[in-house]
Amino acid sequence: WGARLPSPCPAAAPLCRPARLPAACERRCSSRVKEKLDMSMYPVESIRNFSIIAHVDHGKSTLADRLLEITGTISKTDRNKQVLDKLQVERERGITVKAQSASLFYNHEGINYLLNLIDTPGHVDFSYEVSRSLSACQGVILVVDANEGIQAQTVANFYLAFEAQLSIIPVINKIDLKNADPERVEKQVEKLFDIPTDECIRISAKQGTNVEKVLQKVIEKIPPPQCNTADPLKALVFDSTFDHYRGVVANIALFGGEIAKGHKIVSAHTKKRYEVNEVGILTPNEQPTHKLYAGQVGYVIAGMKEVTEAQIGDTLFLYKQPVEPLPGFKSAKPMVFAGMYPIDQTEYNNLKSALERLTLNDSSVTVHRDSSLALGAGWRLGFLGLLHMEVFNQRLEQEYNMSVILTAPTVPYKAVLSSAKLIKEYGKDQITIINPAQFPDKLLVSEYLEPTVLGTIVTPHEYIGKIITLCQDRRAIQKDMLYIDENRVMLKYLFPLNEIVVDFYDALKSLSSGYASFDYEDAGYQSADLIKMDILLNGNPVEELATIIHSDKAYAAGKLLCERLKETIPRQLFEIAIQAAIGKKIIARETLKAYRKNVVAKCYGGDITRRMKLLKRQAEGKRLMRKIGNVEVPRDAFIRVLKRETDK
Amino acid sequence: WPYCSKRCSYCNFNTYVVPAVDEAAVRACLLREAQTLLRLSQVHSITSVFFGGGTPSLASPSTVAAVLEAVAEAAHLPAGAEVTLEANPSSSSISRLAGFRAAGVNRLSIGVQSLDDTELRMLGREHTAAEARKAVEVARGLFPGRTSIDLLFGLPGQSRDAWAQRLEAALGLCDDHISLYQLTLERGTALAAQVREGALPAPPQDLLADMYQTARTVLVATGFRHYEVSNFARKGALSIHNRSYWRADQYIGVGPGAHGRFVPWGEGGCSREARVQTLEPVAWMREVQSQGHSTRSRAVLSPLEQPEELLTLGLRTDEGVTHERWGHFSPQLSLQAVFGAPGEAWALQQQGWLVLDSGGLRCTWAGLAVLDSLLPDLLWQLQR
Repeated sequence: WGARLPSPCPAAAPLCRPARLPAACERRCSSRVKEKLDMSMYPVESIRNFSIIAHVDHGKSTLADRLLEITGTISKTDRNKQVLDKLQVERERGITVKAQSASLFYNHEGINYLLNLIDTPGHVDFSYEVSRSLSACQGVILVVDANEGIQAQTVANFYLAFEAQLSIIPVINKIDLKNADPERVEKQVEKLFDIPTDECIRISAKQGTNVEKVLQKVIEKIPPPQCNTADPLKALVFDSTFDHYRGVVANIALFGGEIAKGHKIVSAHTKKRYEVNEVGILTPNEQPTHKLYAGQVGYVIAGMKEVTEAQIGDTLFLYKQPVEPLPGFKSAKPMVFAGMYPIDQTEYNNLKSALERLTLNDSSVTVHRDSSLALGAGWRLGFLGLLHMEVFNQRLEQEYNMSVILTAPTVPYKAVLSSAKLIKEYGKDQITIINPAQFPDKLLVSEYLEPTVLGTIVTPHEYIGKIITLCQDRRAIQKDMLYIDENRVMLKYLFPLNEIVVDFYDALKSLSSGYASFDYEDAGYQSADLIKMDILLNGNPVEELATIIHSDKAYAAGKLLCERLKETIPRQLFEIAIQAAIGKKIIARETLKAYRKNVVAKCYGGDITRRMKLLKRQAEGKRLMRKIGNVEVPRDAFIRVLKRETDK
Repeated sequence: WPYCSKRCSYCNFNTYVVPAVDEAAVRACLLREAQTLLRLSQVHSITSVFFGGGTPSLASPSTVAAVLEAVAEAAHLPAGAEVTLEANPSSSSISRLAGFRAAGVNRLSIGVQSLDDTELRMLGREHTAAEARKAVEVARGLFPGRTSIDLLFGLPGQSRDAWAQRLEAALGLCDDHISLYQLTLERGTALAAQVREGALPAPPQDLLADMYQTARTVLVATGFRHYEVSNFARKGALSIHNRSYWRADQYIGVGPGAHGRFVPWGEGGCSREARVQTLEPVAWMREVQSQGHSTRSRAVLSPLEQPEELLTLGLRTDEGVTHERWGHFSPQLSLQAVFGAPGEAWALQQQGWLVLDSGGLRCTWAGLAVLDSLLPDLLWQLQR
């Protein structure tokens, strides 16, 4: 396919994805010489579409590597470590952010099978993507670590697969580890998921033990997709990536019909029309084929310019042959917002272009221009979750060498309006508030709503007491508590989302010595007693420090903010009252006393050069001061207060 | 004179404790450098001479006499010119001090630092309170009306009352000039390390401010003029030499690590320069021997830097920056033009920290204590 590219791409291609390893390039080059595959050799009956789901670090990617090797999709080398995890952050953190897929060819009892491994993002933040990926599958391999046992994410993933009515193949991995206790884990699986212990396959993905058995089970236990090539085209977009040379590459699963170069297709969501330039399968790199048929999984390139044109969950059909779109489509919904600013305003344009390039590949990040008097021009970004935010930030740093100021994350609150005037102004009676400046007064609102999540915690039982206290502190309501074996407990809590966005996970990990795991899913909105808290310096509000907060938490948060400000604002010629206020009511106060003496004791003919330098630097610093009333606040004071606590 | 017999726990000056000093060699170099630099500056007349540094009273009176002779050879040194020597109580015997007087010294500055033995030990001083008293009495006998004492306040653990007592004792002892320095915990000193490690308490800011206010009030009530942030004088006994620093006059620094500000006319220069001599005595001597002087760095002060220095230094004094001195460095823009219009300085005047009138620009009583908070605003305004 290299010849189709507008430039000598094998060399240029890695530039588009800087994280790609040389190993991936070798595979590309070797596939280039092959003839285009004829996919009609694989009728629906010989196709299996499946995913691997697991808790972080339970060995999902290692198992995928082995499957790819056994089927000859990739050659066996030491370098095959998490081949499907292409991003540097994915390899570093052992998580999959971007779903990757691969088609495997495998001969079993004389029949050539096409096994499509549809990898899913490995984190709850991406549960929507996971659910879309799963909707292209008929079965899953559920991987559980033989040492750690069932963890929070195992539970969440199991239920996603279970609700999608998929066949589930439980696999107990890492049986080569010294502390492996597969028997105990099998019992957990039986107790929690009602799967007989003898159905679990004990493997070591690292050493390849029993991996072949997994493939056989995939063929035996997972049904082929139910669909027909004679039907009109119906393709689910379950992922998309952006290629600088060819535009959007959409990963699709065919639920009916066939697709080939030259076909005119339509997006059910955008109603836009495209002509297909190329179709193919992923092995795991793109390999063009003549056609793709019902039941198969591959990619399509059709002149889409932006990833938003190939939204996950969308349905593609042939022009003039519309079909009922596949259910469950929704646009990405950000759950966590944070301000992002360049450390130095002169970096604004560089950061802007890095953001643009990064969001080309991640349409789930929402970007709104924002500006802060203290931090300058920047953006308010919306993320699917905290990890998504961290990964995005890390990618900016690693792939674009950008350092940024990220403000403490907030969640989207809602207000149900009661004021006729406001309803008219907004054209609706319910608004989403992502910026405290937009917070409507209580008198104009019938109720405020906050987002909630259903959290699952799996922990050794000795930590239960501490964890329950932590959850109660976070305003969580217990929904369930279950012993999954003699010494492990699963807890379910309904959390207000804002209570877990900043440091909940860290707190949980530290009080359980790292043993408790946590996962959560969206649980809608609930009524909440929200207020807007202002921070005042000598009576003048500091716009960038206003926060929306639950009334129960206002006193503690107000006190903390005032204390932090007192530490960061330098003493001045007059006393400064640092106050937290709700409306007109002051709820916390710190007093920064005036300088009564600030003059250097000795100043003679000795070196006043150094002293002049210091004074001039202070004079220069006046330029960077933010003035609130007559109080001068250095920019970095805000940064220190606004930054997430963990960054201290 | 960069040598000391012992390093004090709070001191980070350029001083050296060595087993033996080749005084003849140091003396020769001091003479040579003084003469070379005087020629470079083409100064005709000397207003004052100040022997400072480590512990000048450790030098022989003959060395001091030789330096003064060399200066008088290179430029005019009027008979009444102020010649000060810094002395330590531990090297201030009557014979020694008489020797210095005979050599030409006419003003003595004694490093008393404290009149409490415990405090003196904490400071790492070699003398006791009694020895300090004795030295001052001897000095007053030899240099009546021209003996100054140095005192430190804000020592770790020092209470308000303890300071008031020290001050009272000092008033009973002193002549007509006192320098009161708030102890600065300089990085790298033994005392700063002890405070950082928590072995000694850090003095609270408010207590330091109280101590300063007490001292100012008491001294002024006793007839002293508070003529600079840390300096007090009565009967007109102010230090002529130090005042010339605060007026941004020209001065020549001679010896290891000495600083100077002058126009090197003799080299064809026509701008005021900031000069620093080589710090380390052995290297300094080598360079003086080979080149006549050992100037380690010289930088021309820009037309902006000169009034900046004047402002920073001049506002430390009770007379402030006079129109005359300002005009010397900024002939085009008057003080009124820079600071009289609405702006930072104007606001500071309104708030009662500064005064600008026919006498010039100066701090109010309250403003002097917080000068370092005023200067960045003033410099920022000056830059624009």
